[in-house]
Amino acid sequence: MEIGVGHYLTVGAILFTIGVFGIFLNRKNVIIILMSVELILLAVNVNLVGFSAHLNDLVGQVFAMFVLTVAAAEAAIGLAILVVYFRNRGTIEVEDINVMKG
Amino acid sequence: MMFILLVFLPGIAALVVGLFGRVLGDRPSQLITSIAVTLSAVFAVIGFFQITGTDHVERIQVLHWISSGALDFSWAIMVDSLTAVMFVVVTVVSALVHWYSIGYMSHDPHKPRFMAYLSLFTFAMLMLVSADNFVQLFFGWEGVGLASYLLIGFWFNKPTANAAAIKAFVVNRVGDFGFALGIMAIFLVFKSVDYATVFEKAPEVAGTSIGFLWMELDTLTIITFLLFIGAMGKSAQIFLHTWLPDAMEGPTPVSALIHAATMVTAGVFLVARTSPMFELAPVTLGIVTVVGAITALFAGTVALAQNDIKRVIAYSTCSQLGYMFFAAGLSAYSVAIFHLFTHAFFKALLFLGAGSVIHAMSDEQDMRKMGGLFSLMPLTGTMMWIGSISLAGVGIAGVFGFSGFYSKDLILEVAWVSHATGANFAYWVGLAVAFLTALYSGRLLFMTFHGKTRADQSVLAHAHEAPLSMNIPNMVLTVGAIFAGIFAVHAFTESEEFWGHAIFMLDASKHVLEEAHHLGFGVKMLPVFAGLIGLLMAWYFYLRRPDLPPRIANANRPVYEFLLNKWYFDEIYEALLVRPAKFLGYTLWRVGDGRIIDGFGPDGFAAMVMGLARRSAALQSGYLYHYAFAMMIGVAVLVSWFLFFG
Amino acid sequence: MILSAIAFYLFAAIIIASAVMVVGARNPVHSVFFLILAFFNAAGLFVIAGAEFLAMIMVIVYVGAVAVLFMFVVMMLDINFVRLREGFLQYLPIGALVGIILLIELIFVLTTQANVPEVLAIGAAPAPEISEVTNTHALGQLIYTRYIYLFQAGGLILLVAMIGAIVLTLRERPGVRKQKIADQVGRKRSDAVEIKKVSPGSGI
Repeated sequence: MEIGVGHYLTVGAILFTIGVFGIFLNRKNVIIILMSVELILLAVNVNLVGFSAHLNDLVGQVFAMFVLTVAAAEAAIGLAILVVYFRNRGTIEVEDINVMKG
Repeated sequence: MMFILLVFLPGIAALVVGLFGRVLGDRPSQLITSIAVTLSAVFAVIGFFQITGTDHVERIQVLHWISSGALDFSWAIMVDSLTAVMFVVVTVVSALVHWYSIGYMSHDPHKPRFMAYLSLFTFAMLMLVSADNFVQLFFGWEGVGLASYLLIGFWFNKPTANAAAIKAFVVNRVGDFGFALGIMAIFLVFKSVDYATVFEKAPEVAGTSIGFLWMELDTLTIITFLLFIGAMGKSAQIFLHTWLPDAMEGPTPVSALIHAATMVTAGVFLVARTSPMFELAPVTLGIVTVVGAITALFAGTVALAQNDIKRVIAYSTCSQLGYMFFAAGLSAYSVAIFHLFTHAFFKALLFLGAGSVIHAMSDEQDMRKMGGLFSLMPLTGTMMWIGSISLAGVGIAGVFGFSGFYSKDLILEVAWVSHATGANFAYWVGLAVAFLTALYSGRLLFMTFHGKTRADQSVLAHAHEAPLSMNIPNMVLTVGAIFAGIFAVHAFTESEEFWGHAIFMLDASKHVLEEAHHLGFGVKMLPVFAGLIGLLMAWYFYLRRPDLPPRIANANRPVYEFLLNKWYFDEIYEALLVRPAKFLGYTLWRVGDGRIIDGFGPDGFAAMVMGLARRSAALQSGYLYHYAFAMMIGVAVLVSWFLFFG
Repeated sequence: MILSAIAFYLFAAIIIASAVMVVGARNPVHSVFFLILAFFNAAGLFVIAGAEFLAMIMVIVYVGAVAVLFMFVVMMLDINFVRLREGFLQYLPIGALVGIILLIELIFVLTTQANVPEVLAIGAAPAPEISEVTNTHALGQLIYTRYIYLFQAGGLILLVAMIGAIVLTLRERPGVRKQKIADQVGRKRSDAVEIKKVSPGSGI
């Protein structure tokens, strides 16, 4: 059957939801959170590409490329922060990160 | 001018000594106040001869007080015959008490304050009697109430004194409530509070009715009744009498001045002053008569069982006030004022004499610890004998009598003749009370001055005759107690020109007064016999056979207890009024104010804010995934909202 | 075409499964592996959609750089993969509810199409025919002309990220001796040698 834009969007939606799930359901460590963020960004990319294909418009792909760029940069910085945090705290367990308790 | 000085000198003295007493020192304070009041007394005597007997009414407006729509009255000094008489009574007794206090209070550390309060009282009383409108009268009324409170509670370190002062003020307040309602009713009906306007319009209003609570009542009846409630409070008539015996917590000069001669007589003065209205309200007059008679009887019986020397005299005052009221109730206002006049002398004398005794006995007031003092203080003893005989009303009709004989006998004669409501009842009660009066007065004298002494040896060692500063005022009062009656009786009670228009009497009432003077010898002497029998009985029971009274008391325990506990009025009031009031106050404070208003108001708000803040703070858990979760929930909610309601 | 449909469903299924495994795997190293798998399949999806440049870039950048970086950090940090904490189930009901609501709404929104011809006509950058210009060429034509500033900005972002990462994690270890070559080279004779006049027979 014909693969329309809806299919791509559905896939993107599911990926997005799983990524969001991963952020607050994970109890293990912070790296999972960062990976979930990558999943979310991936979902966005799928979305953009789907639309680009459907509308026959290259802007979607250009946008997806920029998203890629930023995602890479953000992953790098995020991991750097994580490393420094680990050096100072000795743990990256999610439950222990509550110093900002109000 | 003289009258302005008369009224204001005590007030200025009170102010000066009250504010600067500590700077001035004791002796100057005493002298300033005493001389000021003495000057007022001199002016009062001069004024008495100027005003009485003529129809001249002196009216001096001092200051325009209130002008608000229909309500318009001023501070003014109005001197008619009634005022002139009251001036004399108040200032003379006050001056004598001032001089007496210099000696009596010589050991007290707060002399200036005492003198200032005495002068303040004098000033307020003078304002009361010289008012020309009801509001100024009320000002003086409250002023004397204030002075009474201050003076009863003079020794403020004594808790009983404080309690007594508050009791006096609160009970007075109850009366004042009625009084204030009366004044408001007057304004409502007459559209004015000036005596002149009100008394002039009174006959027009007679017979009309006015709505009060749910009832339709005769206007003048209800007005006068409300005014009488005020008089009941101030003059310690039954039901509102409970404060008078407790007021004996104050120093003895206070009792002499305020609770014998002047403040408590303000009620009688009020009835006399408003005689134009009372005369037109026969129902109220009847009530006044009955209340006066019952009070006289009540106080007389209770005085028999009291052991504190001052309390006996206090109840005696209460009883005599009852006499005055029932005289007024029988429309014999002039006779009531006459009795007021003579009573001031002998009652003040009795109190001051008792003060000398207490002073000599190192502040012992229980008569059971006295006895046989006559040899130690003959002058005081003689003077107290004279005062008591005057009180008992001993004399021979047509020949000579002590002061009390003239006034009290005249009251009983009026009661005999009158056909007004309750006159007959009042007569027989009055006669019985004359007997009781003599009995308890004799009891007092015999227990205090005669017989074997029951006092402590150490106390007796200090007992001595009072100093001259205390005895001279007493001697002046003794003269008044003996001669005031015979000199004044004709003017006060038989001459119409004496009073002028100060007192109003219907023709029927004047007729009664006339008749009372022409009664037979037997009727006139009946009260004297009752008095003499009373004195004889007192002699027998307290000198001859002093063992009898305790045996009689034990044999009739319930009756004795009933009398000793003042007919249990205090206990009844405590249970009926005081406890519920305290409970109400406590509840309103704890529950009403504390729990409800504070709970829902400030405290509740504060607690709610704290609770909300604490719960909101819990949202800041510090966990990243909590925050992310919250964001997700927010997104879901928003999207749902816009999908379905957007 | 049926083949592309099958390929699409295959890739879609695997990507979703691996996404679930990223979140749910016990061992973080496994999580990273599944992430890599997801990226690969996404690239496949992109190829089906006709964006082959993007697909290759995905593999190079995401898998080659980002995922490797993740693996690197996972290995470097001393992560003991703990047993699954009990608290996981605490949030599951509400979390599941929120997730499902979100998912349903997303699908609901995204699959309702309204084809507005005018929008289609004003395509911002209509893709040229694939036979004339390759996808890469077309993208290049677009990026270097219309979106040059954004492109440069993207480069700056990467520069900042690089500097930031180094700044954050660089640390001076105490007690580590390092050579300062510049100092070594710049040493002068006067720093090393000193002539001292010594009379014969006495020490220094």
